[in-house]
Amino acid sequence: MGEIDKEIVKFLVESGIDFVCSVPCMLLKGILEEIEKTNLRHVRVNREEEGVGVCAGAYLAGKKPALVIQNSGLGNSINALLSLTKFYRLGLFILMSHRGDKYEKIKAQVPMGEATPKLLKLLNIEYAKVTEPNQLFLIKNLVKKAFKEEDIKAVLLSRSLWL
Amino acid sequence: MAMKRIDVIREISKRKGLIICNLGFPSRELYSIKDKNTNFYMLGSMGMASSIGLGVALCQKEKVYIIEGDGSILMNLGSLATIAAYATPNLNLIVVDNGVYGSTGKQPTHTAKVADLKKIAKGAGNKKVFEVKSIEQLKEALEQGGPLIIVAKVNQESKKVPEVPLEAEFIKKRFMNAIYELNK
Ligand SMILES: Cc1ncc(C[n+]2csc(CCOP(=O)(O)OP(=O)(O)O)c2C)c(N)n1
Repeated sequence: MGEIDKEIVKFLVESGIDFVCSVPCMLLKGILEEIEKTNLRHVRVNREEEGVGVCAGAYLAGKKPALVIQNSGLGNSINALLSLTKFYRLGLFILMSHRGDKYEKIKAQVPMGEATPKLLKLLNIEYAKVTEPNQLFLIKNLVKKAFKEEDIKAVLLSRSLWL
Repeated sequence: MAMKRIDVIREISKRKGLIICNLGFPSRELYSIKDKNTNFYMLGSMGMASSIGLGVALCQKEKVYIIEGDGSILMNLGSLATIAAYATPNLNLIVVDNGVYGSTGKQPTHTAKVADLKKIAKGAGNKKVFEVKSIEQLKEALEQGGPLIIVAKVNQESKKVPEVPLEAEFIKKRFMNAIYELNK
């Protein structure tokens, strides 16, 4: 897989993430393959909201969980993110591929793609948008914050990282 | 005499282990039976009980009992396939099937007429799935060892007990400490 996928997973591991739930995205293909090569406990869920629940359980049991999903999955998770993760103050890091931006070819991705940054703001989820490899250190910063503040933090990965 | 939801919850509450309990009447009934630091009361996130329970079961050794409802598991059926795929031996999912959304006024769920949760759970790939209609059958099923899925058929009665008077963060911290102590 590409260097960028390796680097992203290295940042996840180095920042202390030890449990991952995922739903695939074309952009996440390499990252998910890299995750399989690490010691990270990786649970493949069927729907992103389910992943929010499994990550919540992992956090209660002392883990530092991350959800690796496409941004459309944010729409599938909102109730659990708010009434479970935020409400009980559980730590969660979300690594999200950002589909539906200016590079997008699949039109159906565009509405959620445009809404995603606004939704994150509305939900009071602090996030960073990563468009260049030299911004990947932001993953570390936000993972740290998620578990220090016991809150949800997210990183949006732009397609430009793989171009 | 038909079983009630609270009879099932009482039986589970007697056992040693962690309990993840669905929102609404199930959590209220569990609290009214006996509040414990090993109880995680859900106050929102309908449908997430089995997922939270799977996460807890995967990440520590203690037995996990999930008290779920028929309406709520129908909202997150994919979870049954994930539970089958990871076949975690300390996981025990008890779906209390009363055929209604008991906590919101007894509107029928689809288990009332058509859906068979035991078959669905089996079809999802789970090996040990039992349907029970009495406390004796429930006790016997609970002895089988996990991963275990039990569909407990009960009547529609909810006990008129108050809301869980605890703050979410208190429930969380106490539960996390209990897990830590039990696993050290
Ligand atoms: C996403 C969402 N939809 C609807 C509700 C309202 N609600 C709360 S409890 C409940 C019923 C749960 O029914 P069931 O799982 O069958 O359990 P029971 O109350 O019968 O034990 C409903 C519909 C909710 N809290 N969240």
